[in-house]
Amino acid sequence: MDFFMQLLIGGLSVGFLYGLSAMGFVMIFKSSSVLNFAHGELLAIGAYFFLALSTWANLSIPLSFLLALGGCFVLGLLVERVFLRPLIGEPLIFVIMLTVGLAAMFKGLILLIWGGNLYTYPDFLPKILEIRWGLIRIPPVYGTTLIIGTLFLTLFGLFFKFSSQGIYMRSVADNQRAALSLGVNVKRVFALSWAIAALVAGMSGMVLGIINGVNVHNLSAIGLKVFPVVILGGLDSIGGAIIGGIIIGLLETFTGGYLSPSLRDVVPYIVLVLILLIKPYGLFGLKEIERV
Amino acid sequence: MRKIHLQSCGNFHERYDQELTIFSTDFGRLWAGIGLLILFTIVPLLASPYMMYVFNMIGIAAIAAIGLNILIGFTGQISLGHGAFFGVGAYAGAIFATALGLPMILSVPAAGLVTAGVGMIFGIPSGRLKGLYLTIATLAGQFIIEYLLIHWESLTKGTMGITLPPADLLGLSVSGDTGFYYIIFIALSGTVWIAINLMRTRCGRAFIAIRDNDRAAEGMGIPIFPYKLLSFGISSFYAGFAGALWSFYMGSITAEPFNLGLSVEYIAMVIIGGMGSISGSIFGAVFITLLNESLRFMTEILMNTGIITQSGLNVAPLREFVFGLAIVLFILIEPRGLAEVWRIIRSSFRLWPFSY
Repeated sequence: MDFFMQLLIGGLSVGFLYGLSAMGFVMIFKSSSVLNFAHGELLAIGAYFFLALSTWANLSIPLSFLLALGGCFVLGLLVERVFLRPLIGEPLIFVIMLTVGLAAMFKGLILLIWGGNLYTYPDFLPKILEIRWGLIRIPPVYGTTLIIGTLFLTLFGLFFKFSSQGIYMRSVADNQRAALSLGVNVKRVFALSWAIAALVAGMSGMVLGIINGVNVHNLSAIGLKVFPVVILGGLDSIGGAIIGGIIIGLLETFTGGYLSPSLRDVVPYIVLVLILLIKPYGLFGLKEIERV
Repeated sequence: MRKIHLQSCGNFHERYDQELTIFSTDFGRLWAGIGLLILFTIVPLLASPYMMYVFNMIGIAAIAAIGLNILIGFTGQISLGHGAFFGVGAYAGAIFATALGLPMILSVPAAGLVTAGVGMIFGIPSGRLKGLYLTIATLAGQFIIEYLLIHWESLTKGTMGITLPPADLLGLSVSGDTGFYYIIFIALSGTVWIAINLMRTRCGRAFIAIRDNDRAAEGMGIPIFPYKLLSFGISSFYAGFAGALWSFYMGSITAEPFNLGLSVEYIAMVIIGGMGSISGSIFGAVFITLLNESLRFMTEILMNTGIITQSGLNVAPLREFVFGLAIVLFILIEPRGLAEVWRIIRSSFRLWPFSY
């Protein structure tokens, strides 16, 4: 039973992280319908920014966290401006290939700078956040993750619901042409959605780095695991991303715990193929999918 | 004797099949013949063993890249699992050769057929959904196949890998780079010939119609799903064929090389060479293979001269970065790839001095 509970809690927290990582992905897809294959590398860049600021530049943890988030935001703006803006109006196939190229480029760059070693952050979380419940011990990271994650979710919920930029973003997601004709600055919306997506990705990358250590291979693998998560949750649903993430996380840890550890990393993709065959718009996705 | 066709000074085509001719002038036909002659007689005499190895790698990569180009460039579907399908072909060829004892001439095409079947399984989701979902399904295929290659130990011998028997062709034993050079380039010529002609048939035109506008294609009575699946099958056949050739050439295989990086490498070949152009795939294969070799060469020189002292320095990250950069730059600057560059160069010569 203890083993079960341990797996359950492990799965929930891993799944929550997957959901959080998938949020940025969904945001880009919703506003510009681009599948971002470089998402894992955005996660990794966030984690390495935080690493560089907190250990090499020796800044305090909160300051380096905020600076790293700012760095990710600027990076998102730059990526959109330099690489994606020229492709507006081009066939979607080019845009997707471009993100594949960006992924390889970023990964190579990170490996050239930091190498493939595993780095860890200094231990800075207070012990108060550790939860003990009988034999089960939940490390403080998970509590922090939950707090940060919920904070971001509420902030973004409010942003999309009430701020004018958030409303513009939703209008572009809903109907790009209609938004354009009503005077929404679609280019700015694209830029902003890439920036916010990079920020959210960077944040989840940092949290993942605190839990598992920073390694570009692991982080980019998680970036690809976003695909099963979003397909399960529905490609254009942010809430679906969280729930999909939790389901995939649970499935992974239970497979790893009870069946075989090596099967753990493949299960999400098997689910992905099944979902595509059975219910391709996912649990919460819009059903307006063309069968061509 | 028929009239010799030379370059006409305008477009005087009157029938549709004139548009479809492969060689518009007899010069082109002549040059293709001369090129093939040089390829099969002079190159093997002059090239060093290392050059032969590079040529062979280019040939194998070109076959697989043509396959991917049929899918990406002609049908408009992206596959991120081409590296894994190449691996399926390599393993299928190796298993046919060792477990069933088939000769190379049978096991290579059989491996292609097996791969086509495997590919079509992952192509099924494309029947329900448009474009992007096939990309995601093939991504899943990449990981599932990679897992199976390592963990299906009774069939693939896991991390041990498989060692193949020495290759033979109709009783003649094939060995060394030169022997394989002939086989690989005969296979490449055959596959190029098939691919070019495939695009002139009903089936190839259906692929192009699906790429250009799938709704219009369906409206004109083209059954989309069977053709998408067929395109996926043909593309996987090419990958499997190339993979099986590769496994015979290498002599022993493990599951390691067939990762997502290889898939990205093939995508890079197709984009850099030019989507929707058979000759482009060959350009792309040449470009990427030479890039690979020159990067390795450069790092070796830097290591020997002591500029880089780190012994652990690996070519892999640099290669990945350069590949990514090449993909991005080609998409932004010349999205139609090297084939288009070549066409521009050629037409500027042809139109000289009145080129514009």
